[in-house]
Amino acid sequence: MFEVFIESVLKIIIFFTVLISSSAYLVLLERKICAYVQDRIGPNRVGFKGLLQPLADLLKLVTKEDIVPKNANKFIHHLSPIISVAIAFSTMAVIPVGDTIEIFGKEIKLQIADVNIGILYILSLTSISVYGIALSGWSSNNKYSLLGGLRSSAQMISYEISMGLAIIGVVMTAGSLELDEIVKSQAGFKWNIFLQPIGFIVFLVASFAETNRTPFDLPEAEPELVGGYHTEYSGLKFGLFFLAEYTNMIIASAIIVTLYFGGWQIPFGENFISSSVVLSITQIFSFLIKVGLMLFFFILVRWTVPRFRYDQLMNVGWKIMFPLSLLNILITGIFYFLF
Amino acid sequence: MIKKQIRKNDLNFFQRTYITEIFKGLSLTFRKIFQKKFTRQYPEEKWNPPISFRGRPVLVQEKNGTERCVACMLCARVCPALAIEIQADETFEYSKERYPKKFEINMLRCIFCGFCEEVCPEEAIVMSQEFELVFSSQDEAIFGKDKLLIPKEKLQNRLEFLRQYR
Repeated sequence: MFEVFIESVLKIIIFFTVLISSSAYLVLLERKICAYVQDRIGPNRVGFKGLLQPLADLLKLVTKEDIVPKNANKFIHHLSPIISVAIAFSTMAVIPVGDTIEIFGKEIKLQIADVNIGILYILSLTSISVYGIALSGWSSNNKYSLLGGLRSSAQMISYEISMGLAIIGVVMTAGSLELDEIVKSQAGFKWNIFLQPIGFIVFLVASFAETNRTPFDLPEAEPELVGGYHTEYSGLKFGLFFLAEYTNMIIASAIIVTLYFGGWQIPFGENFISSSVVLSITQIFSFLIKVGLMLFFFILVRWTVPRFRYDQLMNVGWKIMFPLSLLNILITGIFYFLF
Repeated sequence: MIKKQIRKNDLNFFQRTYITEIFKGLSLTFRKIFQKKFTRQYPEEKWNPPISFRGRPVLVQEKNGTERCVACMLCARVCPALAIEIQADETFEYSKERYPKKFEINMLRCIFCGFCEEVCPEEAIVMSQEFELVFSSQDEAIFGKDKLLIPKEKLQNRLEFLRQYR
């Protein structure tokens, strides 16, 4: 019992540090790619080629004045960034980054919590993350924040439905709600993206909307809403929102990779690696590379596709994504009924 | 040729999904990443302005250390921003009767229009190539004769340019 406890705590510490530092560096990556797309160079002053820029950003955020608006609800105003960050990080708990690895004769599962309803856990947490944004918008006592928060909740709720329905297709192919089982069912290049192309597109679009990224970044549409829900936030609390946004991006990519790109599965050459430890490490790297490519895609889309109008967003959500996800379930069902 | 305006109803079903357009856009942004960048790393990589560039106005200093200016006040009169202040005085040296006792340009007011250079009958005030002007106080921004006088040799290019095109 004690051993299990130590093992979980160690895993949590490692996952947490990796996630927090990679989301800090994701900000730098985003700025660099944005600059390169726009024929610029981007931050390159702090450290070698600007690699210490996240540290400088952190220093700036920490030393900034923390302003709370006069008529704001102070308690909720402080609470909402914490909700955002906590939920963003706790989603990582069920994502398998690799198969079991053998260290010192002990088999360790590369997943913090092997929940048998992992997908439901992810879905419920992503719906709770609306609270962080909606509450921050409400408690700031500012019309722009409130509108941003309301837009965000409406958007997330409408896209959650098609997201959940797209996941049902994956659950039907894998026959399990356990994320580890879903990954194992995709062994041998039977990735779900080939089995569920419609479901994949729906899930991808829905996860763009869930993470509030362009083309669905209406909650913080700059020309209309100043900063959206975080207009009245400054200093470290704004930093927490920023961190939560980028962590959500990593988590969303990790979920997409787990559900549709075979998670930690290596597409070819699984039989050529004999040593079990080497195999586990290659599996981890395969997962990380897939997540990295997915993140690159997220960033590239942000600097390519313009923002939707609000009515267009709702039209896409309800009139296209929702029927498409139902159609996906229907097709999968008929396929499994016949064969 | 005016292209016919494309309405949403003119598009077929596949075009309305905009999938090809999105992929075209993505490939464009992806190709842009590997293209040559045009950024100049400024403090390390300086820009050499062309000779027609209008930098800060300076006074031409003759070899004997005096200014060419005869304090005719034309530049002060023509200056649209009222940046130039001159006080004239008498002199009997160097074959001129007047000289500016005080010649000040307020660099916070100067708009670099080059009218002073155009109007000067003595080619005494010219626009230099300097564009890096930083001040920490308003007093510092008022340039007296000590900062304005530049030896003639350094301004030779600009003087030749003026003779060529005027």
